[in-house]
Amino acid sequence: MWEGGRLRPEARHKSFHRRPSQQNQLHILDPRERLLNSAATPYNWAYHRFVTLLACGTLLLIVAGALVTSNDAGLSVPDWPTTFGSLYRIPPMIGGVKFEHGHRMVAELIGFLTIILAVWTWRAERRSWMRKLGIVALGTVIAQGVLGGITVLLYLPPAVSTTHATLGQTFFCLIVIMVMVTGREWMEVPPVMVVEQHRPRLRTLATLAAASVYLQLILGAAFRHSGIKLLPHLVSAVVVTVLLLWTATRILSEHSAVPQLRRPARALLILLLVQLALGVGAYLTRVEWGKGAAQPMLSMVVATVAHAAVGALVLATSVVLAVQTYRHTSPEAEAVVAHPAPSKVVA
Amino acid sequence: MNKKTYVALLLVVGLMFVAGCGKKEAPPEQATAKPEAAAAPAAKIDPATVATVSGVAKFDGAAPKAQKIDMSQDPACKGTNETETVVVDNGNLENVFIYVKDGLGNYSFDVPKTPVKLDQQGCRYHPHVLGVMAGQTVQILNSDNTTHNIHPSPKDNREWNESQPPKGAALNKDFARQEVLIPVKCNQHPWMKMYIGVVKNPFFAVTGKDGKYELKGLPPGTYTIAAVHEKFGEQTQTVTVAAKDSKSQNFTFKAGAGGAGGQ
Repeated sequence: MWEGGRLRPEARHKSFHRRPSQQNQLHILDPRERLLNSAATPYNWAYHRFVTLLACGTLLLIVAGALVTSNDAGLSVPDWPTTFGSLYRIPPMIGGVKFEHGHRMVAELIGFLTIILAVWTWRAERRSWMRKLGIVALGTVIAQGVLGGITVLLYLPPAVSTTHATLGQTFFCLIVIMVMVTGREWMEVPPVMVVEQHRPRLRTLATLAAASVYLQLILGAAFRHSGIKLLPHLVSAVVVTVLLLWTATRILSEHSAVPQLRRPARALLILLLVQLALGVGAYLTRVEWGKGAAQPMLSMVVATVAHAAVGALVLATSVVLAVQTYRHTSPEAEAVVAHPAPSKVVA
Repeated sequence: MNKKTYVALLLVVGLMFVAGCGKKEAPPEQATAKPEAAAAPAAKIDPATVATVSGVAKFDGAAPKAQKIDMSQDPACKGTNETETVVVDNGNLENVFIYVKDGLGNYSFDVPKTPVKLDQQGCRYHPHVLGVMAGQTVQILNSDNTTHNIHPSPKDNREWNESQPPKGAALNKDFARQEVLIPVKCNQHPWMKMYIGVVKNPFFAVTGKDGKYELKGLPPGTYTIAAVHEKFGEQTQTVTVAAKDSKSQNFTFKAGAGGAGGQ
């Protein structure tokens, strides 16, 4: 069944079924456990694809927003919710206007798609927490739009702009979670319960890692919007790197048989390396070489926008990993079976 | 309170917050308000005794080269353009704002009715540094065939941001409080930057290519003269002038000095 620390493909399906004695134990899972387990809602191909499309669109919106900041175009359209006095007329897309109004147009599209998402989720989902998640997503996107308007009307105060940047990525995480929990794997494959021998527990570690990335996002956004100096963001980068490396290597060394954990852990490692390289690039092009530049340099725009976008991917992946650790590790399973090996799938 | 009451309360608070976040107008104030005038009667300058302070703003060292600006993002921005942050000609420093910072006591000054002009042409500001009295009108023109937005970022005055269509009607604005220097930018064309010096007296000047300035019509007395540059910061000197006197006072800026709080 085990082959070089991995589960053989033909054995994988069997391994998801627990022994009757363990099933009895799992009947008393706490509500949090029940929340993360798949319910009786059938997999809906079209709905899942729609949520995936919305996630991709949201990443595009984050890029569009980052382009506004990097090109210093946040106030090129001085009014809101109108653009140069009109709610529907598209202005000449030149200069800073193409970034600011382009951002507004993508945001309007995402807002519209989120309304569809909330209605579709409400009608199609049997999981009540998913229906609530759809409403929360809609509320978040509305709040995000209002924050975007407020920051324009108040001439980009750092606190509001930082909140706008942070809430945008929070919304992205929400949609990515919805992509995960509407996927075929989540809907049709029962969770694997891995047994942990080490402390801290994996779910604790993964939650800490995701929380540190979120804090890093806030600090990065605050620096980008001139609210704080660079040092807190740099110090936090060290903490994030340590936590992500710890979490990912722990999973890859002890739980690589569980694809739901292995895949985001691997992705996190790659994204972390890319993000660190982009962070250095953003620092050089913006802080070192870009100091006193007459206008935003292309290299600075590319580096800072990519840093923001990959940062969003790091955050979303770390959140996915944290959720998956809650789904695939269980204190009850640990109590039931004590393995001599570091961890194994309960089979 | 039940759930519905909580939701209703939250909505009301949210709406109040949004409503309270709109543009706030600064409270109206007297453009030429002088607290000292209330304590003592305002003095009038005797034209027969006025003196002049003049001089040159110099730059010591190798001047940084002007950066070329890429204006290709807007086809309406024609011609060549380069930064005007440090403009040095034969050691003379252009765009230094020089004014009487202190020493005028309780003299009162009428705000000129003639507006000062600020034009946007070739996607750059003309002039790069502008002096104006507090309360005096700044007439902003757009001679370009593209939309600009004018966005001053003052610390002591009200911030505003308005767009101006191609060759659109002039915008008339004023600044109520003394503030040197207020950075002004166009968010549509991020290279467009200029500075406005707002003072409470009429004794100010901006150095030209030859670095020269002249402050005419000063009553006899001892004054603090300040010279402010957007990159090199402020220098002050004290000068005493007698009736009908003419004094020379030069300023020398060096590379590596701090900024004036602009951008």
